[in-house]
Amino acid sequence: MAYKQYILVCGGTGCESTRSDAVYKGIIKELEAQGVAGDAQVVKTGCFGFCEKGPVVKIIPDETLYVRVSPDDAKEIVAEHVVKGRQVKRLVYGNTESKARVKIDDLDFYQKQVRIVLRNCGVIDPENVNEYIARDGYVALEKALTTMSNDDIINELKISGLRGRGGAGFPTWKKWIFSKDVVSDEKFIVCNADEGDPGAYMDRSTLEGDPHSVLEAMAIAGKVIGAKQGFVYIRAEYPLAIHRLEVAIKQAHELGLLGKNILGTDFSFDIELRLGAGAFVCGEETALLASIEGKRGMPVPRPPFPAVKGLWGKPTVINNVETLANIPLILQKGGAWFAKIGTETSKGTKVFALTGKINNTGLIEVPMGTTLREIIYDIGGGIPHGKKFKAVQTGGPSGGVIKAEYLDTPIDYENLLKLGSIMGSGGMIVMDEDDCMVDVTRFYLEFTVDESCGKCAPCRNGGRQMLNILERITKGQGVEDDFRSMRKIGQAMRRASLCGLGQTAPNPVMSTLTYFEDEYLAHINDKKCPAKKCSHLLAYSILTNKCIGCGACAKKCPVNAISGEKRKPHLIDSKACIKCGECFQVCKFDAVIKS
Amino acid sequence: MKEVSLKINGRQVTVPAGTSILDASKKVQIKIPTLCYHPDLEAWAACGVCVVKVEGSPKMLRACSTPVEEGMSIITHDTEIIEVRKTVIELILASHPNECLTCPRNQNCELQTIAADFGIRENPFPQRLRNLPEDTSSSGLVLHPEKCIGCGRCAKVCQDLQGVWALEFLGRGDGTRIAPAGDVSLANSPCIQCGQCSAHCPVGAIYEKSECHVVWNALQKSDLYPIVQIAPAVRVAIGESFGFESGSLQTGKLYAALRQLGFKAVFDTNFAADLTIMEEGSEFVKRFTEAPETLPLITSCCPAWVDYLEKFYHDLIPYFSTAKSPQSMLGAMSKTYYAQKLGIDPAKIFMVSIMPCTAKKFEIARSKEMFSSGHKDIDVSLTTRELSRMIKSAGIDFANLPEENVDSILGNYTGAGTIFGATGGVMEAALRTVYTLITKKELGDVNFVDVRGLEGVKEATVDVEGTKVNVAVAHGMIHIASVLDKVRKAIAEGKPSPYHFIEVMACRGGCVGGGGQPYGADDTVRRKRTAGIYTDDERSIKRCSHLNPEIQLLYKEFLEHPLSHKSHELLHTSYTARPEYK
Repeated sequence: MAYKQYILVCGGTGCESTRSDAVYKGIIKELEAQGVAGDAQVVKTGCFGFCEKGPVVKIIPDETLYVRVSPDDAKEIVAEHVVKGRQVKRLVYGNTESKARVKIDDLDFYQKQVRIVLRNCGVIDPENVNEYIARDGYVALEKALTTMSNDDIINELKISGLRGRGGAGFPTWKKWIFSKDVVSDEKFIVCNADEGDPGAYMDRSTLEGDPHSVLEAMAIAGKVIGAKQGFVYIRAEYPLAIHRLEVAIKQAHELGLLGKNILGTDFSFDIELRLGAGAFVCGEETALLASIEGKRGMPVPRPPFPAVKGLWGKPTVINNVETLANIPLILQKGGAWFAKIGTETSKGTKVFALTGKINNTGLIEVPMGTTLREIIYDIGGGIPHGKKFKAVQTGGPSGGVIKAEYLDTPIDYENLLKLGSIMGSGGMIVMDEDDCMVDVTRFYLEFTVDESCGKCAPCRNGGRQMLNILERITKGQGVEDDFRSMRKIGQAMRRASLCGLGQTAPNPVMSTLTYFEDEYLAHINDKKCPAKKCSHLLAYSILTNKCIGCGACAKKCPVNAISGEKRKPHLIDSKACIKCGECFQVCKFDAVIKS
Repeated sequence: MKEVSLKINGRQVTVPAGTSILDASKKVQIKIPTLCYHPDLEAWAACGVCVVKVEGSPKMLRACSTPVEEGMSIITHDTEIIEVRKTVIELILASHPNECLTCPRNQNCELQTIAADFGIRENPFPQRLRNLPEDTSSSGLVLHPEKCIGCGRCAKVCQDLQGVWALEFLGRGDGTRIAPAGDVSLANSPCIQCGQCSAHCPVGAIYEKSECHVVWNALQKSDLYPIVQIAPAVRVAIGESFGFESGSLQTGKLYAALRQLGFKAVFDTNFAADLTIMEEGSEFVKRFTEAPETLPLITSCCPAWVDYLEKFYHDLIPYFSTAKSPQSMLGAMSKTYYAQKLGIDPAKIFMVSIMPCTAKKFEIARSKEMFSSGHKDIDVSLTTRELSRMIKSAGIDFANLPEENVDSILGNYTGAGTIFGATGGVMEAALRTVYTLITKKELGDVNFVDVRGLEGVKEATVDVEGTKVNVAVAHGMIHIASVLDKVRKAIAEGKPSPYHFIEVMACRGGCVGGGGQPYGADDTVRRKRTAGIYTDDERSIKRCSHLNPEIQLLYKEFLEHPLSHKSHELLHTSYTARPEYK
């Protein structure tokens, strides 16, 4: 019996953390309680991307999008929408702004997006292989095994122009051909799912929402290069993605889509999971392989490249989750179709995790060549609270910052490099006028310094020395010579570090030195933080004309630096003040000011 | 082999495919500076000092680990390259306690040298130390992680060359440090004290536990009778500390220097090597002729190997020769036979051994059998490096010393005794005597060249008057497994062992490449030292242990015959299974 309605509840990590699982169970319970269980099917899907407004529930066929749904809303949704066919107005997105904006495709958030990688996220139940198959899943694998030769497949990839989405943008077809051409008794396919950039969750969402797309692509890659075994190297901190991969592998096995004699052909291919213990450097491919082999995750020099000599010395193709998720569709629709999307050098789409000072935090997928302005203002909905945009950081902690004047730059690999940043895996963090660029830089560098594997001297020692300088500057102890030192260390790290982590770790420093030198100078020469972020450079004082003498600040002050009589303006002893900001937070009369 | 042509600094070079940029550059007389690179090891590419520019590459590449390619155009130095290298060195110096004057590696430190080469006069970066404690728990080695520059050589040596995996990187980022895995102490780790880490460390982060002061004190005490022995491999290496070429034979000068230091008798471990052959050779012949099921016999003169076997292959203990090492045999003989013969109170004898080895420091107290004379058979074991320092601090002009002779009755040796210092030497020496023990005939040609050389595992079949003796020789601990696993397999299947006799030495090249030898050993140096050893052998009048007149006298006057009751008491030992981690 066909259902009249399908209720899709987002089961991505973001929505799960805001209790979407309780919403899902609540709706099922209510359907039964209200006797309409046969009318609607409830499906827990992968990420919708609209994380800002989660938990998200979508009802088809009428394409209603409910946002910020709580488990208590289940009863009303069933009673109104399922039973009476009426929308629950208060849960519809856009209700407060414009009543018209209720259908998902009408949202600005989705209008400029092109969802290839995320095609099934938020659409299918990732724990049901049949839903993937119903959306043409495993058609590409069937083609690859029955009608296409290995050369045909590589040729399609070549035409598509697909480049590695892990950061470096190496042409995928070339990687495959390197491994294909090596004669070896054993070869391997590795999916790099060791996503580690702060705030980035592109791969996680893809695996949670559409695990089969990655498994299918791995099997195709295995067929092309002659590998029988694949590994997904995934962070142990991604339990939901791991669970869904496990379910997907099991189901694919049951249907003969993985394992021995796939689809009745003589091709056999298996996939196992390998869990990473959380070292950022294990996203670097040689460190990743060392980790799979059970060794300490440390990069080794290339060449030899893993495509030629990888896992246990055997040819190994390592592709990132997003790269792989593109491949089934490329084989289905043809490389030429894919190549139509994007720019001259960068084809297809890119998934970004849009975070920071942005209205619509979430996961988005846009064609290469989309400008930063379109992403931040059209899709992201601009900066909250009417604040001024200052910069956007792309490529995670190894990326650089991009200033407002470059917002109209179309995003592709080359353009980002030219701006001193990188594509990276797709983290995108927006900063506004309240963000101190020196402090932000210190934050990113702290991350890479902490995550350095410690192997090579430029990264291990240089990162720490550079971080010490930044810490001094944010404390008002900077000197002009620090510019020279930071550039000197930055050059050594970029030029002499062994792996990408060390080579790119100075990027935030170098790019802020270029674009925000004035902020550094303010810290160093004037001992001021223009964004009023660096606590050591702040002075708190009380405006006598605003202070009513309520004493709230004095009570809160942990070091008794505030004194004053009741109902008379109070005073902060600047020598005793530790600049914790408690008084600023507690004052209801805006009498405490930072300067 | 395929050759590739490329340009280095504009000059055309042709080298075999697969050559590194580092090696190819030597062809145009460019020695690219390195710090972490060591020719014994696969390039680990940690330090970043050897970076060069390659046309068409946006990155600087590491010369140590990048193979040349056809048509490459390489620049090995320009202002930017020098600046980057210098910054890297400055960064390393900023996290290194620059206590050069009191460091064991003073004037022999690769970091010191490279800092001097780059003319670093002041460091733009503030010093940032971590105050890591020293690990002095083991008998032979001191680990001082504070001085570690993270080159990784010690860990790679320990893991890749020795297969011990005692050392590992712990922590990460600038908290990375070298320590035994699991952060246990060295003494509680699988460490076998071979000291290869100390021989490869470019700085003073791992070094031999120096006991020179103990020896100085003993030499000063008038009531003590200090005597000394020198191991075979010391004589071909110590010259390096005094400006001589590697492999030059310094036996006579060594005897003279040791007497000048104040030793009352100077003996030679080579004599005891002959004694070892008598015992171990007889042990082999007994098993071979009477109980072939107890074969293979595995040699036991290398203390690091003994430790390794007790930890990793203790199931094979029954196959291990019970003969003590030459060092221990000489210790026991000096405090029994020699003491009795000269009427010296053995309690007053202070026996010092000069060894190419750090594990010998462990061996001298490893079990109760090391006290077989009723006293500690060897009081102190010094490395070649320590002796060099003693000679220098005494102001002895080693280079110009006249050559002197060894003292009798524990000094004279045959060529068989001297070749103990090189891989294959114990086997060859044993075969020379085993042949005679079995056939009662003397060999015409005493050379068994199949067991010589730097090949990791050497196998040979020796024809003893129609009887085939299968032997295997392994050196560099990583090579042991392939030999012993075959033995294990045969035992498990109830089949005869593929080998009758197995020689094992822990260090690459044998004792010539020992962990206590002068710094800077690589295969070139090992070959030269080995050549010195075989020259000593060839020059010897007697080249078989059983022909050593002092050995014959020892048996006649004291021990009676090999494997006698007295021999067993004084010259043999036992083994115990030990856990890898305590």
